[in-house]
Amino acid sequence: MQANHIYIAFETILIKEVRRFTRIWLQTLVPPAITIGLYFLIFGNLIGGRIGQMGGYDYVDFIVPGLIMMAVIQNAYANVSSSFFSNKFQRCIEEILVSPVPNYIILLGFVAGGMARGVAVGLIVTVMSFFFTSLHIEHVFLTLLVVLLTSMVFSLAGFINALYANTFDDISIIPTFVLTPLIYLGGVFYSIELLPSFGQWISALNPVLYMVNTFRYGILGTSDVNIVWALFMLVVFSAGLFAVALYLLRKGTGLRQ
Amino acid sequence: MQANDPKNAISIRGLTKTYTNGFQALKGIDLDVKENDFFALLGPNGAGKSTIIGIISTLVRASSGTIQVFGQNVATHVYETKLSLGIVPQEINFSQFEKVGDIVITQAGYYGLRGELAKQRAEKYLRKLDLWEKRDNRSRMLSGGMKRRLMIARALVHEPRLLILDEPTAGVDIELRRSMWEFLQELNRNGTTIILTTHYLEEAESLCRNIAIINQGQIVENTSMRKLLDKLARQTLIFDTCDELKNLPVFNDSDIQCNAIDSHSFEVSLSTSRDINGLYAALSDQGVLIKGMRNKTNRLEELFLSSLKS
Repeated sequence: MQANHIYIAFETILIKEVRRFTRIWLQTLVPPAITIGLYFLIFGNLIGGRIGQMGGYDYVDFIVPGLIMMAVIQNAYANVSSSFFSNKFQRCIEEILVSPVPNYIILLGFVAGGMARGVAVGLIVTVMSFFFTSLHIEHVFLTLLVVLLTSMVFSLAGFINALYANTFDDISIIPTFVLTPLIYLGGVFYSIELLPSFGQWISALNPVLYMVNTFRYGILGTSDVNIVWALFMLVVFSAGLFAVALYLLRKGTGLRQ
Repeated sequence: MQANDPKNAISIRGLTKTYTNGFQALKGIDLDVKENDFFALLGPNGAGKSTIIGIISTLVRASSGTIQVFGQNVATHVYETKLSLGIVPQEINFSQFEKVGDIVITQAGYYGLRGELAKQRAEKYLRKLDLWEKRDNRSRMLSGGMKRRLMIARALVHEPRLLILDEPTAGVDIELRRSMWEFLQELNRNGTTIILTTHYLEEAESLCRNIAIINQGQIVENTSMRKLLDKLARQTLIFDTCDELKNLPVFNDSDIQCNAIDSHSFEVSLSTSRDINGLYAALSDQGVLIKGMRNKTNRLEELFLSSLKS
């Protein structure tokens, strides 16, 4: 396939994905804004005042980066898993599969769609956070890089989930039983310094911890983990999940008989 | 004919498919479809028609065998062969939430077409298939017939040289079916090779020049429509009379058998090898005025059933 045709195919999938989540904005963009807004209000303003400081910052300032990252993770994952599975369920994925679009472009197109929603929701939540705290971004480039890498990792994970899914239940099991515990135990609401050494060791196995802390470093300039190591982990996770997703796509898992 | 004959739109050799549940859907298919042909692939449910189409379109993986499209192997020349192919599947497979125009323009994008060119192509085929007025409607709002036409418009947007339609007129009313036939015939006259699977045998007889019948994963007949129809030994004609029939007409020929149907119609069975002018002469001599005549059975249907039995 010619390079310009490949680019047009990628652009087509991306536009279709963005059109999908903006068409149903009441289901995709508004709920995370309301949920995270309530977190800001209850944990940040109401309870946060009694908690005092965390990691050297007011509690509301401490949780803002984690909550933004939580919104990015959940929405990037949900966008790709629900959209790709819905395409499978309605069989409209066949439109792409019978066309000359290469597998890696199919993957990149859907992942870019998930990243677009993750970033869009992240922006909305960031703007909302201005109503609850005076946010100041210490390292703008790093902050953007972490958002993009994190949304890519979870878009890829959502893609793999959708490939294996046979029912709509199958795309809700992982977010409920895996993603949510990882996020809540990934240092969104607390510093892992509060945990006993065994708890810190367990937390070190949680990839979300690195994403949240790197993002927190980008905004506040403080982190529980080594930033270079965390960025390396993010790149490794992205590359690993991309390779797995592409392998499954080539194999035809869940798509070709 | 050789598998790599450039005059073949499709060459299939030794194609087999066994699904993971052990069901053997194809048991060694060899099939050639010439360029510019209008070809019918007939068979009962579960015969293997959709599996062949699935393998050609890469949605199903073959267990063994090769498929060439315009001389190029679909397994090794994926881009070239897919560019030549337009597939209209049996079941509706577009998003029910997208607009009609968006579905066709998006499909154009998968083939590297965008902007004005994609819009022009979409307009061209939506107009030809009477869907242009519906371009801003959500696809779920379309009738069953419109949805089928939308799938044809979508399959044509990149102007493929080979169009494969898997039961395109299933559930479509007669008037619409006729207009779709005319459209497909025009497409074929303009150089597009068409392969059609259908349950409407009349459709295959009206449209197709060549035919293959598949049963239980094997080709049981592969010939021209003319040769296949010539195999019929006898035909039955139904005559409607202007006046009430007092007596059944008499024919002094042991080959001709005549039976009454009701007071104003009767049927005559005779060999297909002979002409029917003599029938009219005999009826005229006996004072029987004929208002109309038609074939009792779908001739292809008889052949189809006899092919399956044999």
